[in-house]
Amino acid sequence: MTSSSGEWRKRTQSAPLFEKGLETKRPSHWEEAWIQTPLSLRERVGVRVKNKDYRMNYAYFPGCSLESTAKEFHNSTTLVASALGIELAEIPDWNCCGATSAHNLDHELSISLPARNLGIAERMGMDVIAPCAACYNRMRSAEVELKVNRALRDDINSKLEKKFTGAITVKSALEVFTQPEVLAAVSEHIRKPLTGLKPACYYGCLLVRPPKVMGFDDAEDPKSLDEAMKTVGAEPIDWYFKIECCGASFGISKSEIVAKLVGDIISNAKAHGANCIVTACPLCMTNLEMRQAAASKLRGEDLSMPIFFFTELLGLALEAPGIKKCFASHLIDVNPALDLIGKEPVADGAAV
Amino acid sequence: MNSDSKVTTSPLSSMSTPTDPDFKQQIQAICGENVMSCYQCGECTAGCPAAFSMDIAPNQVLRLAQAGFKDDVLTSSAIWLCAGCETCATRCPRGVALSKVMDACRQISVAEGKVAKDQRNVLKMHEEMLRQIQTFGRVHEISMIAAFKMRTGRFFDDVFAGIQMFLKGKLGLIPSVIKGRKEVKELFDKQ
Amino acid sequence: MRIGVFVCWCGSNIAKTVDVEAVAEAAKSFPGVVYATDYKYMCSEPGQNMVAEAIKEHNLDRVVIASCSPRLHEPTFQRCIGAAGLNPYMVEMANIREQCSWVHERTPETTEKAIELTRMAVAKVARNVPLFQNDIGITKRALVIGGGVAGIQAALDIADAGHPVVLVERTPSIGGRMAQYDKTFPTLDCAACILTPKMVDCASHPLIDIWAYSEVEEVNGFVGNFDVKIRKKATCVDPKLCTGCGLCLEKCIVKDVPSEFDEGMGLRRAIYSPFPQAVPNKPVIDREHCRIFNGGKCGVCQKVCPTGAISYDTVDEVVEEKFGAIVVSTGFELWDHSALGNYGYGKYPDVISSIQFERIMNASGPTEGHIVRPSDGKTPKSIAFISCVGSRDDEHGHAYCSKVCCMYNAKQALLVKDKLHDVETYVFYMDIRANGKGYEEFVKRTIEDYGANYIRGRISKIYPDGDQMVVKGADTLLGKAVEVRADLVVLATAMQPQHDAKDLARKLGISTDQYNWFSEAHPKLKPVEVLTDGIYLAGACQYPKDIPDTVAQASGAASKAIGLFSKDAIKSEPMIAYIYEDTCVGCGLCVDVCPFTAIELVEVVDKERSTRDNQVVKTVARINEGVCKGCGTCSAACRSLSARLRGFEGSGILAQIDALADMVKIKK
Repeated sequence: MTSSSGEWRKRTQSAPLFEKGLETKRPSHWEEAWIQTPLSLRERVGVRVKNKDYRMNYAYFPGCSLESTAKEFHNSTTLVASALGIELAEIPDWNCCGATSAHNLDHELSISLPARNLGIAERMGMDVIAPCAACYNRMRSAEVELKVNRALRDDINSKLEKKFTGAITVKSALEVFTQPEVLAAVSEHIRKPLTGLKPACYYGCLLVRPPKVMGFDDAEDPKSLDEAMKTVGAEPIDWYFKIECCGASFGISKSEIVAKLVGDIISNAKAHGANCIVTACPLCMTNLEMRQAAASKLRGEDLSMPIFFFTELLGLALEAPGIKKCFASHLIDVNPALDLIGKEPVADGAAV
Repeated sequence: MNSDSKVTTSPLSSMSTPTDPDFKQQIQAICGENVMSCYQCGECTAGCPAAFSMDIAPNQVLRLAQAGFKDDVLTSSAIWLCAGCETCATRCPRGVALSKVMDACRQISVAEGKVAKDQRNVLKMHEEMLRQIQTFGRVHEISMIAAFKMRTGRFFDDVFAGIQMFLKGKLGLIPSVIKGRKEVKELFDKQ
Repeated sequence: MRIGVFVCWCGSNIAKTVDVEAVAEAAKSFPGVVYATDYKYMCSEPGQNMVAEAIKEHNLDRVVIASCSPRLHEPTFQRCIGAAGLNPYMVEMANIREQCSWVHERTPETTEKAIELTRMAVAKVARNVPLFQNDIGITKRALVIGGGVAGIQAALDIADAGHPVVLVERTPSIGGRMAQYDKTFPTLDCAACILTPKMVDCASHPLIDIWAYSEVEEVNGFVGNFDVKIRKKATCVDPKLCTGCGLCLEKCIVKDVPSEFDEGMGLRRAIYSPFPQAVPNKPVIDREHCRIFNGGKCGVCQKVCPTGAISYDTVDEVVEEKFGAIVVSTGFELWDHSALGNYGYGKYPDVISSIQFERIMNASGPTEGHIVRPSDGKTPKSIAFISCVGSRDDEHGHAYCSKVCCMYNAKQALLVKDKLHDVETYVFYMDIRANGKGYEEFVKRTIEDYGANYIRGRISKIYPDGDQMVVKGADTLLGKAVEVRADLVVLATAMQPQHDAKDLARKLGISTDQYNWFSEAHPKLKPVEVLTDGIYLAGACQYPKDIPDTVAQASGAASKAIGLFSKDAIKSEPMIAYIYEDTCVGCGLCVDVCPFTAIELVEVVDKERSTRDNQVVKTVARINEGVCKGCGTCSAACRSLSARLRGFEGSGILAQIDALADMVKIKK
């Protein structure tokens, strides 16, 4: 027992959950971008560039989903990035990260496929941004393993034209767009606050797990997406399925399992007052949209719910030109949610 | 431990015969996880989103691996119903990444031809996906889904969603093909 | 010089791998050896008699025993040759067991190594000089740090034996954790009913001084002679004037301080006494929350105090006291489950720790014993108890079992059913560890007679749904995931050392283990001692313990202190360092390296440079003989070879090395 409640209180704030994470602490984007800027440029860019406090460029890895089923994620990501002055250069001739299939069937392939992309990106001299949560997870896992396991790295590099030496890192779009300086720029440039929107921020599994590898946000109660939504004036709800799995890897092979998982997720979001779900994962998007009907049937309740990519909502708030085209390709009509925007009075402190 | 003790069965054999006491080493060689660290608390089963559909619970997969009941694991549906969501690995008090063990078990199951009959469609989907990557360097979703349906004979599931996606312009007809196909192919070749 | 060599077989421990007869035979040719023999058990009575007789018969003046580690039997043979008339320090041990027979196969080389080790011991013993023990007086007064049940028991035992005791407690009252509990397993007697009489005994005992609201600041000295600085924190209440009437507590206007004693479940005032039966029953002012100390205007307590006991300008007082023995009984604290994200980061009001539930069940607790949930004050219809929260969990830093949770889970599940008949209880466990007198029977009773649903499995996630908590667990015996909807969830959080245990260990010069539990001197044979003489451990500051174990250990620690006090003086260990002042230059290196802070720098008259008229002073190191443990770090560090270790002089060590070199040369 301690002498005063002051000490007692201090004591109750215990150590961070995962102290012994891998040695993959990354320098901030700003630092890294700064380091990579040629010296001559650095001298010139010392001043603030038009309302933004950063200078960022990334090697962009769209991934297969963003080419097809989630092309609105691709569109909105690039639109928001350009609105924010974040330069994205697509990794030339990128290949598929291997997705679930590679790590299910062949461990080495699940490292070597991303390694090729990492090698190309390293030659570009930029960190990678992978908006798709699944690609991000695979690329980041490969990055960490390649940085730790030297033998494997050498082996894989011997088959690659452009080698990966561990000089760059992989980030998700969520990570990039929710950095404090980026969110500051967003809040400065908001044209259409998304008041009235009560999104359930859904992170799914791949963005934050396993925490020792991802090293981004809190694995049990992530906050970055909620922060982003608060920044654009929406009121994210508190709910309890933000990190539950939607069964993405069974997308087409085990639709009956997916229906149950999707049902649990949407039902919990609805129960806590959400009028839409925001995600950062194309697989979650596909599942949540495609299995709504089956889930409603399974649970015997109406589970229709508009689903957004978070970049779509950022773009909407910034009124990024062309952003509205994204909404047309949704399988589930998003208009019921869009119609709510601006209908309710601004709650105190919602548009921070 | 003596290498010639390998053939002898464990004391558990009085009940049923473990097929391979070295199964745990095989798993460790692939994924680096030591299944002997597991103390069967069941936290993995408790948090698993797919446990309800599995024939053996996730913690039982580890227990069977510990005791060397290799075939029971390799022929289970559980290893194919793992969604790879990493909830178990995140919360395991013993630091065992069951998700990685599941990966290893799937790989061994495929290599030894032990995949459960009713789970072969999952395998087929993964194989089709890898085949596409090997050929094009990327995954072409429409032809992958089509091929998957062909191979599993499940033609009519999700047809409506597929048509809808197609109409929304989400499923391109022409696969995108990369230049570095040869390099990617090489990654598939072992040694 | 007449040296005798005695080679032990240690049954078959040595004889199995070493040709002991050959060793004895070879020893006969070593310089100075006049007698050598071997025997099956040298440490046995016949073995020792053999040594004694040989000393007389062959007129030996030095002895080498080639047997086991000196840690084991050096004292035995020192006594043996002492009784036979030699100086006890004229014996050397050649360790041919741990360092030879146990680590090698039976080969000729093994025997050769044993011969070499023996020859080295012979070379050293030839240079041994007689050493003598000194008497050191002791202060027959004990300090007990920590006023929980362990400290109370130790203080009472020592005081009952007639020695004065100071019991230091850093909170305003003694009683510790046990005072917070409702009932105790397995007998279900009320914790307060059995503890408060002991607390009162302490207060009224003429030989016990209770210094509550005080902390140990600094400890110097050594066994029998500790100098301890104790900070008596300013309470603003004069204990001599205060009658404990409690008027100040009633009138204090700051009413919203979370009560430490109620684990945040209740509130207290800024001037407070932790609980009604507090000993001493004098309130203290918590300066962090009192308005007077935070720039506010108040002074109500001072105005209402009928005896004028309150004054706001008291200051901390640091007193220095002498003690002969110290009992450390600082107890444990509980891990804070707000580190667990999957259990809601401590945000859900209806997910509480077991100690909080203990306060809820307690009739003197915040709910006066009514079992209600913190969120809405409703009576729960279903309660889930969860074991091993943070315990047996490497990922959260406690790989160990907290030992008592299984039992208090069972106790709480039983008691709650006793109070609320229609409550459903679920106990999630990994293993039921009920290994104490009457414990297993108690758990069975909870399950069989009180209908607790025991489910073997850990909990993955807890989240609210409606006004209930969903507990996602597993039944590993069924191989199924299970979900329990509970109105209240009680977490048995891990016991861990006090957050500042490491600081206290440093002050006391004692060691801690990887978790910061205090380390005992030997896990089996010296469970209450530490490596520093005169300091003893009691209770859960060493490792999680239940009340019976704590009390037993406290009495053990007390008896060690009483044993120490039964002597008027203690013998000093002669194998300690000394400084050869003529060559010491006072560089202070030894002061820095000494792990026991046994060396200080002093000024002495430099005899060489002083004349009759002009005294020249120089700085030299000086060993505090009571503190020095003879570890030899200083002599290894000293650059002028002035710090030396008795019994391990350079000449003896070099002779040993020479002997080994000679053997190697002969072989070549």
